Amino acid sequence: MMDLLIIVAVILGIIAISKIVSVLELVGKAKGENSYNVTERENRFQARLMPIFLIAYFAFIIWQLVAWGDRMLPVSASEHGVIIDNLMKTTWIIITPVFIITHILLFYFAWKYAYDKNRKAQFFAHSNKLEMLWTAIPALVLLILILYGLSIWNDVMEPLTAEDDPVEIELYARQFDWTARYPGEDKKFGDAGVRFIEGTNFLGMDSTDQDGWDDKYVKAEFHLPVNKPVQFYFRAQDVIHSAFMPHFRAQMNCVPGMVTRFNFVPSKTTEEMREITGNPEFNYYLLCNKICGAAHYNMKMEIIVESEEDYNAWISEQKPFLAVEGMKESEKESVPAEKMESDSTQTENGENSQLSVLKN
Amino acid sequence: MSATAHHHEDKDFLFKYIFSTDHKMIAKQFFLTGSLMGLIGMLMSTIFRLQLGYPGESFAFLEPILGSWAPDGILSPDKYLALVTIHGTIMVFFLLTAGLSGTFSNLLIPLQLGARDMASGFMNLLSYWFFFLSSCVMIASLFVEGGPASGGWTIYPPLSALPQAMPGSGMGMTLWIISMAIFIVSSLLGSLNYIVTVFNLRTKGMTMTRMPLTIWAFLITAVLGVLSFPVLFSAVLLLFFDRSFGTSFYLSDIYIAGSALEVDGGSPVLYEHLFWFLGHPEVYIILLPALGITSEVVATNSRKPIFGYRAMIGSILAIAFISFLVWGHHMFITGMNPFLGAVFTFTTLLVAIPSAVKVFNYLTTLWKGNIKFTPAMLFAIGLVSTFITGGLTGIILGDSALDINVHDTYFVVGHFHIVMGLSGTFGMISGIYHWFPKLFGRMLDKNLGFLHFWTTIISAYGVFFPMHFLGLAGVPRRYYANTEFPIFDNMYDINELITVFAIMAAASQLFFLFNVFYSIFKGPIAPQNPWRSTTLEWTAPVKHIHGNWPGEIPEVHRWPYDYSKVDDNGEFIGGDDFVPQTVPLYNGEEDASQH
Repeated sequence: MMDLLIIVAVILGIIAISKIVSVLELVGKAKGENSYNVTERENRFQARLMPIFLIAYFAFIIWQLVAWGDRMLPVSASEHGVIIDNLMKTTWIIITPVFIITHILLFYFAWKYAYDKNRKAQFFAHSNKLEMLWTAIPALVLLILILYGLSIWNDVMEPLTAEDDPVEIELYARQFDWTARYPGEDKKFGDAGVRFIEGTNFLGMDSTDQDGWDDKYVKAEFHLPVNKPVQFYFRAQDVIHSAFMPHFRAQMNCVPGMVTRFNFVPSKTTEEMREITGNPEFNYYLLCNKICGAAHYNMKMEIIVESEEDYNAWISEQKPFLAVEGMKESEKESVPAEKMESDSTQTENGENSQLSVLKN
Repeated sequence: MSATAHHHEDKDFLFKYIFSTDHKMIAKQFFLTGSLMGLIGMLMSTIFRLQLGYPGESFAFLEPILGSWAPDGILSPDKYLALVTIHGTIMVFFLLTAGLSGTFSNLLIPLQLGARDMASGFMNLLSYWFFFLSSCVMIASLFVEGGPASGGWTIYPPLSALPQAMPGSGMGMTLWIISMAIFIVSSLLGSLNYIVTVFNLRTKGMTMTRMPLTIWAFLITAVLGVLSFPVLFSAVLLLFFDRSFGTSFYLSDIYIAGSALEVDGGSPVLYEHLFWFLGHPEVYIILLPALGITSEVVATNSRKPIFGYRAMIGSILAIAFISFLVWGHHMFITGMNPFLGAVFTFTTLLVAIPSAVKVFNYLTTLWKGNIKFTPAMLFAIGLVSTFITGGLTGIILGDSALDINVHDTYFVVGHFHIVMGLSGTFGMISGIYHWFPKLFGRMLDKNLGFLHFWTTIISAYGVFFPMHFLGLAGVPRRYYANTEFPIFDNMYDINELITVFAIMAAASQLFFLFNVFYSIFKGPIAPQNPWRSTTLEWTAPVKHIHGNWPGEIPEVHRWPYDYSKVDDNGEFIGGDDFVPQTVPLYNGEEDASQH
């Protein structure tokens, strides 16, 4: 019934428009006008709409800023995020005036120079000076932005060294959940790969690699100590995912067949951020930000940033891999052959060598 | 050519309207097919915007339309992704590449250059029919089991390579690849034809620096297409091998649907490189024709020469050149070496320089003009506005350090819809209003045009501007709903607002649709030169004839922008505010193009 009404409404609408058109045409014809030549009166009317639109457009933007300004991401919760935010502010400071001035000129000129049969347009085809001016100025401004941007990019992407003594975490993505793995006491991740995935060992941990026996993995939420460098490694099981931690200004794709990396220093605990945002229920999130399938929109993990003591207490409560998974005697026997084989293939696709950069 | 031009008049229906080799008929075919595809793409966006604005709410009218895609009137997550994917594919390729270039390059290259037809009418015919076939395959993919391709219009593997990864990666994805392969053939046939025609079939006196900027834009667009589409072809060909023949160009170390795959050594990042090597020039394949149309429309309706003709050509060339060196800015956070990220940031921000030159030149063209607000002119002014708005946010996205946190968020969606989507469609619509008399020999209605413009620009900004705020709040794109993260709970009213504007934007196109179809049959017959323009197409008879001009092809004596040119006494040269290109230079008159 509803559909029928909609169809009827659409048909009536079309008939109405066509009637209006023919009436307007008749009126125009009576006045000696036609349906396509814009009359001077209409031209002036359109010209007047130009500044009105400009004001409405600016007012709409200002309204959005006022209404939604406080919904933007809060102050960065990581150290490098602060310098990224500064770069963002600088960029806004540069582009906003350009936006305002060019828009004012555009709609002002359109209004001011509307057709007048008593006036002649100025034949002004070319000016080397002006063209040089507006090639050189954007070039200069962009050069500054490029240099500033690149210096920050280099800072942010700078790899950690063993001296930074980072907390290491591997984030593992699959359809449609996240797992975080910590290297445990020995600070070494055990080898892992898709060929080892079996039963509950969805991470594909090589159960014969002793480095992995004390590895700990968690789901649903993972913890970070505040003010300590964190080295992230990202792996994916099936398709590309992207680890997006917006509050930390951190994002990196998780690509099957590769280990990707990112590092940052969390600078605000969850508690501190709750105070800053005034929201006692605030939590940091890890989101998936690369389309990965139907439940992409619900692929998440909570991130808890806390003091180092709290973090240490939490991590010591987590059970190591060995306790979770147990050891299978049969696998133990086949260690030498399988391990050698897997080592060689892994070095070839760079998986193992990338993961162990910090180990050595 | 001219010798054979006369005995085609009595062709039967099939060869006149269907298998025509006449560029004007082919332009109409591209326009109608492209617009129909665009309409489908727009309706798709309205449907998924309903889900985003009112997540989980049941819309009873969706069920009869979408069937199992929307059980109980609620769009399913799978099919949400399918709609997003096909919407993107259709809009980018079918509407704004084939629809835009196909219509205007075909219509205007011979008419504005003074050629009887395209260099190869048969290739032109093939180009259209390959396009038609590819459109049919793409639409057919909507109806296969599992639905159409759903991995986003960029179809990154492994998601697109593995049927186990999502329902759309089965038959639907195969058809997507076939459709795009056919599309690329169509695009190459068209582009090669455009290039050859521009270089070889210009009329006497039509030197390269007397060509209208439209032709410059179409020429460089065609060059971009010829150089970049083959790379997409190889990308999807390798993807096809991975899918069907067990190769692993893009696949490695994958465990999916309960088993580890026998794939090793490939890299999805390779696909991303190949895809974006087309993907970025593609943005300019869309933008350049729109900007070319704008140059023409702004000059004509300002009754002024386009300011800085040579700088405009230079900026087209610069944009085209740089566009091949920036693809990596789509990949800053894919695990690509950060050094490469730095290089791509550098090249990307350089694009802003020729773009800024174009904007300032448009502004100066308006300055001290005598502006006629035809609907075409309104859309051209709208394009300048969207090009500025969207271009400036590109400076943020092109900066690798800033991209980290806005990558793949709604900030990107807002940015590229404004700078590419809106500018592209505004350019195309502007062109339709301007050249409708050349396409169909009749006039569009101005009042519907005014209504169309104002409702469109208001609702378009209403849709896309708020998206920047969503993006800055961290909301990712391609999310079926923003209901699962407490941090996005307060975004619902923004999403609702966007949806309301999206429905309004779609409804606004009814003015256009009605105007076009009414005027094709019932519009007033077009006068010879309705906009009092200087270019050659307005010297051709209104009623289409094969060969374009009944007698000799007119000869060109001046550049196309002699509007409001005055002599030393301040009187208009030639007595009117425009001097057509066919009029020889008067005594003592300076050739304005020789700067």
